[in-house]
Amino acid sequence: MTYSDPSASQSLEDPSLVQETQIQPSHAPGVAAEAAARSLRQPYLQIEDIHKRFGNFVALKDIFLNVYPGEFVCLLGPSGCGKTTLLRIIAGLEQHSQGRIIQGGQDVSHLPPSKRDFGIVFQSYALFPNLTAHHNIAYGLQNKKLPKAEIQTRVGELLDLVGLGGMGQKYPAQMSGGQQQRVALARALALSPGLLLLDEPLSALDAQVRVKLRAEIANLQRRLGVTTVMVTHDQAEALAMADRIVVMDKGYIAQIGTPHSVYQGPGSPFVANFIGVMNFLDGMVEAKDMVRCGNLVLNTPSNTVPVGQRVSIAIRPEDIRVMDGAATPAPNVAEAEVLGTEFLGSGYRLELSVLGNARQPMTLDISSHRARAMAIETLESLAIQLPPEMIRVFPKEAS
Amino acid sequence: MTTTTRHPIVAPRAKAFDLEAWVMRSLLGLGALWLVVGVVLPLFPMVGRSFQNTNGEWAGLANYGQYLTTPSLVQSFLNSMGVAITTTLFSVGLGFIYAYGLTRTAMKGKTFFRTLGLLSLYIPPLANAIGLIYLFGNQGLVTTGLFGLLPGININLYGFNGIVIGEFLYCFPQAVILLVTALNLTDARLYEAAEVLGASTLKTFFTVTLTSIKYGLMSALFVCFILAFTDFGVPKVVGGNFNVLATDIYKQVIGQQNFSMGATISVFLLIPSVFMFGLDRIVQRRQNALISAKSVPLQPKPNPILDWAMFGFCALMVAFIFTVFGTIILASLVKVWPYDFSLSLKNYDFSSVGGGGYGAYWNSLRMAFYTAIFGTAIVFTGAYLVEKGRGLNWLRSLTYLLSTVPLALPGLVLGLAYVFFFNNPIWRIPFTGLAIYNPLHWLYGTMALLVMANIIHFYTVCFLTGTTALKQIDAEFESVSASMAVPFYKTFWRVTVPLSLPAILEIGIYFFVNAMVTISAIIFLYPANLPLAAVAIVNMDDAGDIAAAAAMSTLIVLTSLGVRVMYSWLTKGLRQRSEAWLHR
Repeated sequence: MTYSDPSASQSLEDPSLVQETQIQPSHAPGVAAEAAARSLRQPYLQIEDIHKRFGNFVALKDIFLNVYPGEFVCLLGPSGCGKTTLLRIIAGLEQHSQGRIIQGGQDVSHLPPSKRDFGIVFQSYALFPNLTAHHNIAYGLQNKKLPKAEIQTRVGELLDLVGLGGMGQKYPAQMSGGQQQRVALARALALSPGLLLLDEPLSALDAQVRVKLRAEIANLQRRLGVTTVMVTHDQAEALAMADRIVVMDKGYIAQIGTPHSVYQGPGSPFVANFIGVMNFLDGMVEAKDMVRCGNLVLNTPSNTVPVGQRVSIAIRPEDIRVMDGAATPAPNVAEAEVLGTEFLGSGYRLELSVLGNARQPMTLDISSHRARAMAIETLESLAIQLPPEMIRVFPKEAS
Repeated sequence: MTTTTRHPIVAPRAKAFDLEAWVMRSLLGLGALWLVVGVVLPLFPMVGRSFQNTNGEWAGLANYGQYLTTPSLVQSFLNSMGVAITTTLFSVGLGFIYAYGLTRTAMKGKTFFRTLGLLSLYIPPLANAIGLIYLFGNQGLVTTGLFGLLPGININLYGFNGIVIGEFLYCFPQAVILLVTALNLTDARLYEAAEVLGASTLKTFFTVTLTSIKYGLMSALFVCFILAFTDFGVPKVVGGNFNVLATDIYKQVIGQQNFSMGATISVFLLIPSVFMFGLDRIVQRRQNALISAKSVPLQPKPNPILDWAMFGFCALMVAFIFTVFGTIILASLVKVWPYDFSLSLKNYDFSSVGGGGYGAYWNSLRMAFYTAIFGTAIVFTGAYLVEKGRGLNWLRSLTYLLSTVPLALPGLVLGLAYVFFFNNPIWRIPFTGLAIYNPLHWLYGTMALLVMANIIHFYTVCFLTGTTALKQIDAEFESVSASMAVPFYKTFWRVTVPLSLPAILEIGIYFFVNAMVTISAIIFLYPANLPLAAVAIVNMDDAGDIAAAAAMSTLIVLTSLGVRVMYSWLTKGLRQRSEAWLHR
């Protein structure tokens, strides 16, 4: 049972590296990669072919997911994508219509929540308002009929762990949102569960507290090595905290991968658009590494889309390069008209209209430093380059 | 550690015995069974009885035919309608002005008026009727013009007028409660918008105020109609020869022992009530959908003319309610009305009059106490299972439906149904010719059955109070407990009950006060060895011992008020204790 050993979680090879980005969940997952992962380590949580229907409405379909010991997985998606339903099914708070859940080698599909091994933090925290922080955390321990002294010690440790040492006698209403959140976390960890479930744990907090707490939670999780599944709709949160991100859309898994691979290699326009900001240009494939957008012919990474097929090409605003005077010949250079500038604090976002591509608008991010050198306030047009290796090509769905 | 072997997947422990789920299921089953036995089953023999002749033989629609062709009985139905409609118009009309004054004006003394306007809730309707006798009866203070000091005014109390005034006192606080709630729900931003758009005050009143409270207004109309239509106490005391359905049932059952006709008239009493109840449920659902959490409460602006006019009106209403109440107390303390006005407690010595005296008072106290204790426990547990339970959705929906039905059952109908259901030693199952011994027959004539009748009679309001309180508690408490393997009943006891304590006490008070003052549900049920205080008022009044009836009324009112004051005092301590977790 290596998954319960915190020290082991980082000593073995990071399983997320083995797990290849999956473009379509309905396709067979990379069999070789899976086998490689299995030979290294058994997944702690296996979600196999989970479906959930409410009457005629399909809330979840074809959900396959392995979560490895000590891993931090984020379920990310817009509201209504089924991520919370999936979390509740893992917890047993909701019954799935098809498929099975295996946790720690045991099929728990039909066990009630009280017979499963998990701790949970809800968006509302669900702290018992009539009990002090201490008694909230001790709630599950007391039910186990542990000796008083042992409970006392354990609660003290947990309070220290979440940085609330000495605040045990306060009632939830006397604490700030961030403190309440930590109490909820300590309570979820009190019984040393094999699995920690977090349901939008940060979204009720102020922006600043949220950023601070997300680092703390991620650190704590790595320190304890507890396998964690978190639901969030905030892509920045998922990118910052997760070992792997599961992007969900309309009840299916759109993509699974490390934050880096999902951000850099989105598998679909949905993922590209949902995570970060993305420019899309309509075009048509000219050759296996060439796409025409209006009068503009762009070099792209080679792909398998047939010639003549309508496509969207995608590039992130920060990946577009501004050409300075030095005329090093480069592919994909175009003239762009500046339609507007938006000050973002750390830099500027320019709204552009690229000449020759049927005037489809694009945005471009540049740093303040760069902007000053360019006298951006009075800028009317500039030359930009779309580096071919940064471009992604998505076939247009027939619509 | 590098040689981790594959864990074989253990097969699911299919259908492992889950104690918690079984406790939940059993409780839900018991809750539904309780309501089926308490509400549904008793209605069958009662409705069935209306199709039988006095010997218990099948008579088809003969009773209905007889009813509809007896002019005096048809007249009672029309009388009941007339009383109910008139009372409803007065109660809701004046109640609206009163509620408007409390919520939408800057009138002085709002707390005073809010509290005292609801005084009648603690006075049995028939006690008010006794007070009216001493004011407007033949020897009344008003009729005789304070015994010749002033010109007397005779309003012909006994009959339509007396019943309407008595029912008005009964319905008025109910209308005020519903209308204050409706008026409080309005969003102030609507008024700001109307003002900005330049709408006149009158136009704003019709387009904003009336539109936004229309559901509350309709609800008040339905509730007042049902109360006035089905009440028994007031027409019994001041009805004179003016018959209404409720007194007819009483006369048929107690006077003529004609249970079949009693059941037939009960059906005529039941149908309009059920109809109004149905309308009210539809309206309530609409109103709930209107409430938005983001509403901004309205802060009324001072308007001296309106404020003082309202003050005058509210003072008049409170003065009237108080005069009636004061007269009851005065009459109970006067030696021999209207000849000897020296004060004495001799009317409180019930030994020389019928009705059961202090024994009856003591029985009523016990009954009210048991009703409060058991009723609160049952209602709140039921509300919890319906609101927070997991699984068995159909059973929870059924329990919810059955929990709201008692509101539609007039007390007299419920009481009569219980007589038929529990008194019969043998149950005949219709259309089968089968018969079984009644396993609940032993309950008949016991305190337990009186308590059960009271709990069911006042079930719905308490149930809705409970579910409203439970809805405000975080829905994830049960999930969090389950994640810590703490069974739901422990969390119920440690978290849910403490958090709902104000609502639980409110339910207890409601049960206690109503069990103290009610007569309709228990007048057919109480056995001779268990006389009750409220029933004693009826019997004393029947025997002409009106002063003793006034004394008994005073005792009941003071008890109810005492319990209410004790409750406020108790919850004050509670509020301070829970200050730490209720306020930041």
